[in-house]
Amino acid sequence: MTRTLHRFHGGIHLPDQKALSLGRPLRQAALPSELVLPLQQHIGAAAQPLVAVGERVLEGQMVARPEGFVSAPVHAPTSGTVIAIEARPVPHPSGLSALAIVLQPDGEGRTVEYQPHSDWSALDPSTLRNLIRDAGIVGLGGAGFPTAVKLNPGPHTAVETLILNGAECEPYITCDQWLMQERPEEIISGALIMRHALQAQECLIGIEDNKPAAIAALRSEVARRGLTEAIEVVEVPTRYPMGGEKQLIKVLTGKEVPTQGLPIAVGVVCHNVATAASVHRAVELGEPLIRRIVTVTGHGAAQPGNFEVPLGIPMGELLAQAGGTTAGFSRLIMGGPMMGITVEQPQAPVIKTANCLLAVTDDELERRAPVRPCIRCGSCAEACPVSLLPQQLYWYAKSKEFDRAQDYNLFDCIECGCCAFVCPSNLPLVQYYRYAKTEIWAQEREKRASDQARRRHEYRVAREERERLEKEARAKKKAAALAEGESDDKKAAIQAAIERAKAKKAQANATPPATDPPAEQPAGEGAAPAEEKH
Amino acid sequence: MAVISSPHLHSPAKVSGVMLQVIYALVPALLLEFWFFGWGLLLNLLLTLAAGYLFEAAMLQLRGRPLAPFLSDGSMAVTAVLLAAALPPLLPFWVPVVGMLFAIVIAKHLYGGLGYNPFNPAMVGYVVLLISFPLEMSGWVAPGGWRLHDFGLGDSLNYAFSGQLPPHITLDAITGATPLDAMRTGLGLAKTVSEVESRPLFGLFAGRGFEWVNLLVLSGGLWLIFKRIIPWHTPVGLLGGLFVTASLFHLVAPDQFAGPLFHLLSGGAMLGAFFIATDPVTCATSNRGRLIFGAGAGVLIFVIRTWGGYPDGTAFAVLLMNMAAPTIDYYTQPRVYGHGGSE
Repeated sequence: MTRTLHRFHGGIHLPDQKALSLGRPLRQAALPSELVLPLQQHIGAAAQPLVAVGERVLEGQMVARPEGFVSAPVHAPTSGTVIAIEARPVPHPSGLSALAIVLQPDGEGRTVEYQPHSDWSALDPSTLRNLIRDAGIVGLGGAGFPTAVKLNPGPHTAVETLILNGAECEPYITCDQWLMQERPEEIISGALIMRHALQAQECLIGIEDNKPAAIAALRSEVARRGLTEAIEVVEVPTRYPMGGEKQLIKVLTGKEVPTQGLPIAVGVVCHNVATAASVHRAVELGEPLIRRIVTVTGHGAAQPGNFEVPLGIPMGELLAQAGGTTAGFSRLIMGGPMMGITVEQPQAPVIKTANCLLAVTDDELERRAPVRPCIRCGSCAEACPVSLLPQQLYWYAKSKEFDRAQDYNLFDCIECGCCAFVCPSNLPLVQYYRYAKTEIWAQEREKRASDQARRRHEYRVAREERERLEKEARAKKKAAALAEGESDDKKAAIQAAIERAKAKKAQANATPPATDPPAEQPAGEGAAPAEEKH
Repeated sequence: MAVISSPHLHSPAKVSGVMLQVIYALVPALLLEFWFFGWGLLLNLLLTLAAGYLFEAAMLQLRGRPLAPFLSDGSMAVTAVLLAAALPPLLPFWVPVVGMLFAIVIAKHLYGGLGYNPFNPAMVGYVVLLISFPLEMSGWVAPGGWRLHDFGLGDSLNYAFSGQLPPHITLDAITGATPLDAMRTGLGLAKTVSEVESRPLFGLFAGRGFEWVNLLVLSGGLWLIFKRIIPWHTPVGLLGGLFVTASLFHLVAPDQFAGPLFHLLSGGAMLGAFFIATDPVTCATSNRGRLIFGAGAGVLIFVIRTWGGYPDGTAFAVLLMNMAAPTIDYYTQPRVYGHGGSE
């Protein structure tokens, strides 16, 4: 158990606030009057609805199918009726609405027949991946990347290490901690299935050392099942953002994920512990991803704690079930205080990636100190877990020198917020980086569009030029031909005309034109269209 | 209302807090400087603070910036304290005022204010005074001389505002050359280093009085490093650069080149290392860059003191390195996660 840990640059220590939500046992959220199931709860293409409005569905029934390779289906969390398929508010940084299936639960809880695969070790990885894909499982840690895709290393890639991420480094959030303490068997089972699907050599579970109970629970589960050779539970230092995929991989293996690359490039695949548990449920119980554990917390929540909720429950409803808000409540955040997004509309539903509902009070998070100029103190550079120079990025983002910002590796920024946290000038640094990234993407789109327009234009000019030259060449050729055969042709033509005239005269003399049914006429008519074809 | 995006959590650190700690760290050294050199120091400090406040407020007003947050950020106070600490104690009142004029109006606000100035404001102010008013800037009160001659607050005030000294005192009686000055002149007269150092102006390691003030500056600086207010890289680079260069020359020709301790504890090297070169706005930004910045300044201090036209070179060295900072930054970017290279 003496694994040498590595360290990542920077990082910060945060007041963890986790005790706030750990004081109460897990509560089951009651079914709301309607469940809102957005078609996009994952990274990739939105799912396509399989049901129509008015249709009755069963719990666990697939109501939207994945579209393309990187996508995930959506299932009904309970039995009921589809009452709408329409744009609804969703938890998204933009605050915009998105297409969702709205389900009215009937309270009967009739389920489809789940098909357990307790013999999964006999299944080949591809079949396992399909089971996991059909269960709609995506990364539950927050990013929501379809799990089946991440479990597919490709035919020629060997996976050395499967890492389960139990770091849960953001303050306040305890849903993974609760799961690790209370349901370690589900996580270990899921880990074994994932390891089989990946054919990974080793499996590590990384947990921050501020969660000793979780570490102990998983270790004893591993020992109980005699898996100490297969799975190692590793205690890692408590330092934000330890739970960042790249940071955890560095700490556990010493390897760095190449810039703009995936962990698989260094033989590592990283999944969240809650994802592992849901993989276990999908494979061994046959139950798709229809519920998850959500931490409802913050000093703005009256009775903070962990809830097992059906996906699609409106956030406001869940907050109400947690005793509602306290007097000082100011706003709702989905996720943690460092990377979570503000939820503007409480009717937005809990989606697959919603690990935490943070209800904050006025004086809990906001800092009212004024924004001052950057004094280049470098605290941000010291805190940056990616070794960027945030002060330089800020400078170039602010002055719109986006090329320079890219020189300083803007796109390696993981937006963890460490720099802004430590900034003594209270600068909204991450917002500047998001702005610069968005501007650069917009410029690239524009550039692609203008490149295409330019190519089109150039092609058109070239085509017109070619046509002009061809036309000229034809005209020249014709003129040359004319000049060559002019005399003969003319004489022949004149001769022919004279002869035709003579023949006409002769004919006119022989028979009157009125009584002449020209026998060639139909043939002539038939020939004309044939010629027009050219 | 705009959507509030992450991160939602902030540490309580403040710029003004940083500035205040820097000033606190200098207080013991200032008190000792007062003990050795008299009321003039406090007078200079009051003048730089008052003038700085006025200039800062006027420039903020002219530039249409809010007064309250900027006047309270403490950056002007740091400039004023540093300039006062560097100035000779006995000066006409307008010298500190002109110094602050250049520091605040020209070096700071004309370049865009706090955070945008490429040159350290206090050092710009100091250098302008040094070049423009060499006579006023060259005489230091001899350590303890003010008490010997009973030169009190009233006398200091009188001198600052009217240029009059008490009848029983001449300027030469209470002021004299600084140790750096003496060393420079002495070596110029083909004396050996040890001959120069045997003069009463010299104490245990360097100039009498100055050496203790500089040791307090050193301890204040170490406290700042301990409190993580300043990084260790700049001072280590500067003192290391000065120490290594001075040692090398001293080892080769001990009679012609003063030793490293003399260099470290005389003049402005300590103040420069911990309080001036560390000015984040004008220093290099990465840790490797700060080491290079500091080392460059340290070597330059030795070069200017030894072969330049002025007895001390700290201000010039820092300003020269300020010029080099952007280039140093460009070539010392840390290796970013996932960008190859070894651990």
